Amino acid sequence: MSYRLGVDVGGTFTDLLLFAEDKGTFWRHKTPSTPHDSSVGILTGVEAVCAKAGITPSDVEIFLHGTTVATNAVLEGKGARVGLIVTQGYRQIMQIARSFVPGGLAGWIVWPKPQPLAALEDTFEIMGRMDARGNELRPIDDDDIRAALLKIKAQGVEALTVSLMNAYLNGAHERRVGELAAEILPDVPVSLSHEVLPEMQEYERTLTTVANAAVRPVVGRYVRNLRAKLRDAGMAGQLSLLRSDGGLMSSEKSEEQPVSLLMSGPAGGVTGAIWVGKNAGIRNILTLDVGGTSTDVALIENLEARRVRTTEVGHLAVRASALDVKTVGAGGGSIAYVPQLTGALRVGPQSAGAVPGPVAYGKGGTLPTVTDANVVLGYLPEALLGGSFKLDRPAAVAAVQTIADALGIDLFEAARGIIDIVNENMFGALRMISVQQGYDPRDFALMGFGGAGPLHVNAVARLMGSWPAVSPVSPGVLCALGDATTRMRTETARSFSKLASDTTVDELCGILRDMADAITADDTEVDFEVDVRYSGQAFEVPMPVTLDALEAEGIANLTRRFDDEHRRLFTFNMDSQHEIVNLRAIGLGKALDLPAARLPEGNGDPCEAKIRDHELWIDGRMQPAVIYDRAKLKAKDVIKGPAIVVEMDSTTLIEADCVATVDHVGNILITLA
Amino acid sequence: MPARIIQSNETSFAKTTVDPVTLEVIENALRNARTEMDATLVRTAMSPGIREQGDAFPLIADHEGRMIVGQFGSFIGGFLNGYDGTVEEGDMFLLSDPYSVEGAVSHSNDWLVLLPVFKDGRLLAYTAMFGHQSDIGGKVPGSMPIDATSIFQEGVRIPPVKIYRNGLYNEDLVKLALHQSRTPDWCAADLNALIASCRVAARRIEEMADRFGIDTYVTATGELLARNYRAMKTLLGQAISEEKVSFEDYICDDGMGYGPYKLKCTMWREGEKVILDFTGTDPQSVGSINFYLNENMFKMFFGIYMIMVFDPMILFNDGFYDLIDVRIPDGSLLKPKFPAALSGRTHALGRIFDILGGLLGQKTPQFLNAAGFSSSPHLFYAGTDRKGDWFQLFQIGFGGIPGRPLGDGPDGHSLWPGFTNVPNEFLERYFPLVIEQYGTVADSGGAGLHRGGNGIVMSYRFLEPGVIAVHDDRWFVPPWGVNGGRPGARARKILEKPDGTRTIIGNKVEDFTVETDDVLHFITWGGGGWGDPLDRDPALVAKEVVQGLVTVQGARAYGVVLDGEGSVDERATADLRDNMRRERGAVGVFDFGPDLETLRERSLEETGLPAPVQPRWNSQHIAAE
Repeated sequence: MSYRLGVDVGGTFTDLLLFAEDKGTFWRHKTPSTPHDSSVGILTGVEAVCAKAGITPSDVEIFLHGTTVATNAVLEGKGARVGLIVTQGYRQIMQIARSFVPGGLAGWIVWPKPQPLAALEDTFEIMGRMDARGNELRPIDDDDIRAALLKIKAQGVEALTVSLMNAYLNGAHERRVGELAAEILPDVPVSLSHEVLPEMQEYERTLTTVANAAVRPVVGRYVRNLRAKLRDAGMAGQLSLLRSDGGLMSSEKSEEQPVSLLMSGPAGGVTGAIWVGKNAGIRNILTLDVGGTSTDVALIENLEARRVRTTEVGHLAVRASALDVKTVGAGGGSIAYVPQLTGALRVGPQSAGAVPGPVAYGKGGTLPTVTDANVVLGYLPEALLGGSFKLDRPAAVAAVQTIADALGIDLFEAARGIIDIVNENMFGALRMISVQQGYDPRDFALMGFGGAGPLHVNAVARLMGSWPAVSPVSPGVLCALGDATTRMRTETARSFSKLASDTTVDELCGILRDMADAITADDTEVDFEVDVRYSGQAFEVPMPVTLDALEAEGIANLTRRFDDEHRRLFTFNMDSQHEIVNLRAIGLGKALDLPAARLPEGNGDPCEAKIRDHELWIDGRMQPAVIYDRAKLKAKDVIKGPAIVVEMDSTTLIEADCVATVDHVGNILITLA
Repeated sequence: MPARIIQSNETSFAKTTVDPVTLEVIENALRNARTEMDATLVRTAMSPGIREQGDAFPLIADHEGRMIVGQFGSFIGGFLNGYDGTVEEGDMFLLSDPYSVEGAVSHSNDWLVLLPVFKDGRLLAYTAMFGHQSDIGGKVPGSMPIDATSIFQEGVRIPPVKIYRNGLYNEDLVKLALHQSRTPDWCAADLNALIASCRVAARRIEEMADRFGIDTYVTATGELLARNYRAMKTLLGQAISEEKVSFEDYICDDGMGYGPYKLKCTMWREGEKVILDFTGTDPQSVGSINFYLNENMFKMFFGIYMIMVFDPMILFNDGFYDLIDVRIPDGSLLKPKFPAALSGRTHALGRIFDILGGLLGQKTPQFLNAAGFSSSPHLFYAGTDRKGDWFQLFQIGFGGIPGRPLGDGPDGHSLWPGFTNVPNEFLERYFPLVIEQYGTVADSGGAGLHRGGNGIVMSYRFLEPGVIAVHDDRWFVPPWGVNGGRPGARARKILEKPDGTRTIIGNKVEDFTVETDDVLHFITWGGGGWGDPLDRDPALVAKEVVQGLVTVQGARAYGVVLDGEGSVDERATADLRDNMRRERGAVGVFDFGPDLETLRERSLEETGLPAPVQPRWNSQHIAAE
């Protein structure tokens, strides 16, 4: 039997999910993360989850891993020291960035400007210039380049990047710098912008190249260390990492392109949701991944997640494909407060995080959080399953009481208010990825996961009109599940920048075929994407295309579909010419058929799974409710709200006027009664 | 005659009680609706001005026209006062004439779409958005002739008109307006974007009325306004003294050789009311630097500056308007009489913020920022290329952010919310340009414990002959420093011919002919410094010399002496700092640099331009020719 092991390393916990490919059964495990060296926690988890399944690590064929190591290196400024060579006149490209200051009017007063990823003292200019057609305006000069490289060498940089104006059209100058760098700085890895990102926009291209170089050593060390440890533990299988766009790449490849890993974390949940949706027969899904400090939302249409060309990490917007995940600063740890001046109830974006955490966790937190409100209302029962961890309800009550007092309202009203506000924030984020992209949320189910997603999914589904509200199997380790169930993906891109009327199908298809050939041979499938815009627009829409359709219908196949998509997204079309901006070929690994294990069927009555009677405050009053053990639920069980379903690492809330059914693989589907 | 509002259902909204939680949820929902307006606009607009630079502003108002969400305050009262017609279900308005809405839009390029939202026959709300149109006709490309002497030279003026009446689109009217533009495609797309944004917000409001109940929604918006009123009342009582404080600053010139023009504001509190009085501001100019300052807009600016610190999550609204009395003399630069030209109004608009900062921070220097608002510097470049195609560029530049209590002012960033630069590769791809240099100017940020941000130098090589126009300010009167910080450097514009000849051209020039391979060095101002530069860490100064942000000579403004290797000469630095401290004496709250007389005397030598001539006004308050 072959096993796939998905591992997702979060800030607090490392989640593991071991998947038996043919039967669809799985084992899961949660172990504390070990931030100083994640591989320690991973190894502990690997041993534990293998023991649960009665196998040894050597039985694991593929190790699939979502990691935030690249993300954290960027956010915490722990990347490598990167030298940067730019065109004369552009030394301060990273210093000026896009001149953008966040916040509204007067936002500049309170904005702490982040330091550039490549320091100004490590940035040097060289002569030579390409124009906007890719022709050489002025030549480069080897002596001048050597002089710049020697200065960079003296600075002691760990990586070198080269980003010259208009290099996306002609990389000859960058290549020459690369050649000379290999002589002068033989031990320093070099990245050329036209290779990393052959696209217009000098700041974004430079930033992406620099970010890639900055995280490369960190990711490289991480991956090599992990690989070695896994080998030591007897794991001979393949090690793959989850890309921001939801595909996998080999660990070797990820050492070269770590910038593709920046949204690896959130991507796991979305790919997990796709697997769940496939098994549950739900093809359109909005995801609600509620963590401690933030919530990630994404849209899945017909079992494909929407992708974007920009990965946003902290203040940086890096050009690399990612799933279109929106993040709001609202999670279980979000702190509620009442500013004296306005007397308004605010929730977040400040968070108690993992430390000190919510008051109810008893780890020193004193400020009321969303989790505390859930405890007060009875949505999170005091004793979680397994009894290893007891929530401190009296402390949570005392904390939420301070909010109630400040507002002059009842304790429970205040607690529910905190929940309603945080739900409203999630609703806002979901609307941005659905309605604002031309989708009707009523055509989608809402899937809540992450530790707290299933607590909020019912209420948010009500706001969205997105039914059913889904609490998937193993909501707490869905990211690891996603890691385990997605497929390989490689991408190659090229700038094209031509009016549709100035090109031919032959030219376009010829280039696309060349690009497909350049992608590794063992990929079984190649998809193509073409970015199109109206000429003059500074914003393009990625359009999936097939060579067959292009050849059958001509360029019109592209422009007509672009017009349709533009209308859906933006409500109107224009008479302007179409411009074909970028071309991409995407190689996809073998599609996996990984069915979920079926749950034994029950008689519809969940009473065997009942743990005890309970009460919770909902719809303005305390109401009797029942707590169920998820592990004992059977397919077709029907649960009337209000009720709570508990499991190792997550709790599902079913509201009073709703009813939940357990599907054939164990997902809980909540609908209005 | 004011507008008549026609409702098929005249039932007034019932006042209900709204619990605090519902109130917060509605506030969040409104905030989300506004975010959606911005998102819709950015996705659908076409011109670089709106798309790339973000020059557009949303508004959601209640049924009485008071702003519930937005940035610039409500102009709906002004619109209703000035509109001679009906407001009915199915109507949508378009306007651009500043004089028709009491200055709510401040030049004719800003097209404003206003949508009254009806529900069950009752007027429930207004949504509106205005955005900067790239070209609306008139005498110059870009439609902002800095040398205009009347608004009639500034392109098409649209009074409030219905582009939808009873739900029917008036295509002919829009066609007529677009026909005036040199860039009708951009205008059409941007107008569509404004319409789409207003519609999105209107749908959200209708949904909220359904979700919470229409009476609850209306009561809640009233309560949100009242909450702002209460908060602001408390704040004003604590922060604004009954004693008068005044602050004045200048617009350097009017583009016609006269200047500087003084803007002055005096602030005091009488009981619970704060008075902001612009008496002492110079009369209007015959040129175009007039800024028709809407009183409500200024109240909003003032309020936002006040409250930022105390509850940044607040959804700012009109609720506190009654607490503030803004007095602007008729016929002054800030309330010019029709048909005064307005196309250079960006300079006074910017300067208003420096004045606000100076007024509010005077009594609390620890919260005071230095000066750094020049304006939104503009460059226009237009012509017909060798293929016979018309090209037209309008670009907004940036300068140095002032030194702040928080720290250094960022170099080359935007003081305006949401603005970004346009990628140079984009410019080179779509315009006959090579951007030879894009950096910041060393030493241009005022020295200080917290250095002012450096201004930007952007060097445009023109590949086709054409005409350019430049609008900028802060070239004559420097951006001041505070708490010991020094003023920032001034703006300048240099035209370099292929033979290397360099000419300094003015900062407000129109219809200036350029030839192939001319290079324009467009240099903006630096932010003023904050705090004593002699207290700045010498190692940091030395590092910034290596970074090219400060020069070795510039380091001496911090009293820092560097040796041949670029390291700090500790002893020489200590000596220099002692000397400098002794010589300058005590530092004041503001450092405005030299007085006007001295600036005039040294103008040619320091700026390369003759000093502007003091404007004089006759009894009609018109600048002397």
